[in-house]
Amino acid sequence: MALNDITLGQYYPADSAVHRMDPRVKILLLIALIVAIFLAGNLLAFVPVVALLLAASALSHVPIRMMLKGVKPLRFILVLTFVLNVFFLQGETVLVDLGFAMIKTESLITAVHYTLRLVFLVLASSLLTLTTPPIVLTDGLERLLSPLRVVHFPAHEMAMMMSIALRFIPTLLEEADKIMKAQTARGADFESGNLIQRAKAMVPLLVPLFVSAFRRAGDLAMAMEARCYHGGEGRTRLRVLKCGQRDYIACVVMALVIAAILLLNRVC
Amino acid sequence: MPTPIISVDHVSFAYEEEAREAVRDVSLQLPRGSFHAILGQNGSGKSTLAKLINGLYLPTKGTVTVCGMDTADDRNTWEIRRRAGMVFQNPDNQLVATVVEEDVAFGLENIGVPTAEMPARIEKALRDVGMLEYAQRAPHTLSGGQKQRVAIAGVLAMQPEAIIFDESTAMLDPRGRKEVMEAVKQLNREQGITVLWITHFMEEAVHCDRVHIMHDGQIVLSGTPRDVFADPEQIRKYRLDAPPMARLAVQLREAGMPIRDGVLTAEEMTKEVLRLCR
Repeated sequence: MALNDITLGQYYPADSAVHRMDPRVKILLLIALIVAIFLAGNLLAFVPVVALLLAASALSHVPIRMMLKGVKPLRFILVLTFVLNVFFLQGETVLVDLGFAMIKTESLITAVHYTLRLVFLVLASSLLTLTTPPIVLTDGLERLLSPLRVVHFPAHEMAMMMSIALRFIPTLLEEADKIMKAQTARGADFESGNLIQRAKAMVPLLVPLFVSAFRRAGDLAMAMEARCYHGGEGRTRLRVLKCGQRDYIACVVMALVIAAILLLNRVC
Repeated sequence: MPTPIISVDHVSFAYEEEAREAVRDVSLQLPRGSFHAILGQNGSGKSTLAKLINGLYLPTKGTVTVCGMDTADDRNTWEIRRRAGMVFQNPDNQLVATVVEEDVAFGLENIGVPTAEMPARIEKALRDVGMLEYAQRAPHTLSGGQKQRVAIAGVLAMQPEAIIFDESTAMLDPRGRKEVMEAVKQLNREQGITVLWITHFMEEAVHCDRVHIMHDGQIVLSGTPRDVFADPEQIRKYRLDAPPMARLAVQLREAGMPIRDGVLTAEEMTKEVLRLCR
């Protein structure tokens, strides 16, 4: 089992205008894009969405193939959505009569529409995670959520937790690998047996891993205190997020896409 | 006499759940720019003493002052921790950020250093420990010695007067230990940073100004390395072994070679043997 060759999240490193965008703007634009995808009332209204996704892919140097990878795990849900909608939606015109069921033109169109909607939702969100490192994403979320501090929402603490988790994933994986080898050397078997047996075999891996994780947490807390950490109050930041020209352009493009969708909704 | 950077005055400390005191009536003074070592076996209280100095623990008896500030006064806590930084044992469990540069920035962010000042301070700190070229790397891709040097840079960026090393080389391989030790010696020599070096490796204490031996919560022996290591038998009482060359010197003397007192390192031993052969 190769535990070491993991990539954190699905970040696709490249130096592009999309990568350099302010993460806050990217998150907000993703939300806008999701709303836009839901707004699209017919297939034609997806055209601006497709255009935007293609343009973003070209601009960010992220190959379409990478973006489509995110769709693959969802293939069963997509097929299910399609089949259910084709057979169970009401329609007038019979397209094919299979004997036991009928496919109607209207339900076929709607099924395609709903399925594509899911595909575009996934593509849009992978565009964000492919072009933004997890830590920058966390940073962006923290800033976006920080106004909620007035209602005692722990935005800074959540972001700190996320970034510590990101920092320790490789460390803990390395350790899990080590424990696994040590237990295998003593005759533990992680690979054979049915699901329950395999789950049980994980116990001698998980117990030491948890114990060590707690010890690490204690150590880290002390090290952070020794380095004057006392919560988010009065903290300055090394990275200051700044909206630039490219962020404003992206916002305008998004506004145009939404306008186009609304227009196409009206026309058809 | 100028006021010492760190002054520990008749300090005792007991963990809440334990009746026995982990540190008993310890007194210690570190003058500015000095390099002191504390030696002791596991459970001798040396780590507890380290954590008493920057206010991670507060003494149950006695006082600790850093640059004239009492650690018991919680208004002083952050200033004390800035001035007396600390590097811990486990290199993995003290780095917070996913990028080296941002980890060095962590302390600066905590004490509210303006963003504009940060890059220069980070660059200097990383250069001082020879890790500048690794600024953009992820901590888990570095070796143990490199991680510890990043931890030192993190402390250094806060412009401390003193750094306490709590067994910072205990988990490193010989090469990593040497790397870290060299970096620390250089900081002490060139920037006058006061160092308190806590370890159970005798040979690391050989070049210090003063060595304190801790046993069962107390400082039982203090002096220059030459004085402290002169009698390996006495150190063995505290279940410690004198540096290998000091022990060899004693054995050679017993075998009839008139080795002079105070030989602690391999180089000194080589010189001494060559002198006798001539």
